[in-house]
Amino acid sequence: MNPTLAPAAPDTPETLPVQPIGKVVAVTSGKGGVGKTFVSANLAAALAKRGLRVLVLDADLGLANLDVVLNLYPKLTLHDVFTGKATLDEAILPAPGGFSVLLAGSGMVEYSRLTPEVRGEFLRVVHSLVPRFDVIVLDTGAGISDVVLFAVSLASEVLMVATPEPTSLTDAYATIKVLVGQQQRDRIRLIVNQTTRAGSGVAITHQLQQVLDRFVVGSLGRPFTLSHLGDIPADPEVRQAVMKRQLLMQSLPGCPAATALTQIARTLAEKFASKPG
Amino acid sequence: MPGFTALTSSSPDSLVDLATLQLDDARALLEHDAQNGDREAGESATQYLQRVINGLCDLSLKDPLTGLGNRRHFHGALSRAIETVARSGDSVLLLLLDIDHFKSINDTHGHLAGDQVLRALSACLARCVRPVDTVARYGGEEFAVILPHCRPAFGRTVAERIRASVAALAIDIAPLQSISATLSIGGAYAPEWVRSTPELWIERADQQLYRAKTEGRNRVCIEQPRELAVSAEEKGLLFSQLELDELALPDMAPARVNT
Repeated sequence: MNPTLAPAAPDTPETLPVQPIGKVVAVTSGKGGVGKTFVSANLAAALAKRGLRVLVLDADLGLANLDVVLNLYPKLTLHDVFTGKATLDEAILPAPGGFSVLLAGSGMVEYSRLTPEVRGEFLRVVHSLVPRFDVIVLDTGAGISDVVLFAVSLASEVLMVATPEPTSLTDAYATIKVLVGQQQRDRIRLIVNQTTRAGSGVAITHQLQQVLDRFVVGSLGRPFTLSHLGDIPADPEVRQAVMKRQLLMQSLPGCPAATALTQIARTLAEKFASKPG
Repeated sequence: MPGFTALTSSSPDSLVDLATLQLDDARALLEHDAQNGDREAGESATQYLQRVINGLCDLSLKDPLTGLGNRRHFHGALSRAIETVARSGDSVLLLLLDIDHFKSINDTHGHLAGDQVLRALSACLARCVRPVDTVARYGGEEFAVILPHCRPAFGRTVAERIRASVAALAIDIAPLQSISATLSIGGAYAPEWVRSTPELWIERADQQLYRAKTEGRNRVCIEQPRELAVSAEEKGLLFSQLELDELALPDMAPARVNT
């Protein structure tokens, strides 16, 4: 990632290190099932409500379920774009929340490994999306697989979703450790989902930062900040919306979880407003 | 060559008439490799032929310049390692090693010096690993090492030892003239309990080698093992200050944190 180091080995452009792209936000997590896709979709809807042109890209290539969350089953997907069967325009769909989506499609299982080809196709798609949207949300997989790390490396903002359970926090911590070490990140933003009391996200962020300072940041020789982006309170309405395959931001925009997401979108939109695309 | 014709026809254990076989080339190849190409006293025709065949098989797997296994040998060993890993879940590390700026060694000191560097490094690699490990010359200035039974905690140590040993080497290329060379090393573990393919595994190690090159050479990059490593110490600190009701699980006693 260090731009001063010229690539030493001869290689195709597809395998060269990539720079984070200003408009790209990655939503990731240490462990699956913490509400990553729920956050991606509803955050996109909340950003769209603020007047931004938003696209959510299903970047969990092997285990994508954005289609399930949005209840969209298109004929043409990212898979068809990768294989040249569809153009980008054919595969981009309007989602219920006023934003656009590019769904992975079932054929994506074969892309669950990051080959130079997948990497190149992925880069090509993201770069062609950049001029057309204000924000591109990458809904990535969990953990530290090659595909996840690559998708995250494209993002200028990384949103780590965790629930307050010990396993989720441990995996979030481990993933942050890898991202900090491998991608020279100086900031990751934490969203704590399904909190049961006020202030727990702040306490959790503070605690993670302390452990990171002690075990990771000390050996880096540069600062790293885990910022608390927001808490999404445990809310029975969320479960209902998910079961009905509806976007919370649409069906119940006034419920506590939706209010929290609106606030998170506001904070995030400010970051993007203050930074050139 | 002399001597065996007399034995052949009288040898009762073989239907092969050695005198009718064109063995000169095979014999020359074996002699060139410091193996005895002649039939030994008391050796039956079959035994002799078997020894010639074994010798040729050995030769076909060996890199003539360095004496290490060649690419063919490496691929055989890698395929066997994949089978072992798939059935046993053994932890096997593949290292790809590439001499830094080898072309400039050749350009500056000549190709004979380059060959000398290859030989010296090969001998050094062979000294750095265990008998159970496979060291091979993979390509021009590229080597491969397969390390079976190598726990993730030890992989980096072994690779670092190789890197440091090579970097410390003074390679004589002419009387009173010695040079040094460094290696970039990339490594990847076989996915445990999974049948990988040689191509995928090599590609992953190669990506790490590429990283080692781009990050400045003379260094080791090993693919992060897939399990998320968080020490008990880190977990302890992670949860020590958090009040239990911050966490969603009300029964999370400290004793369960370190599991």
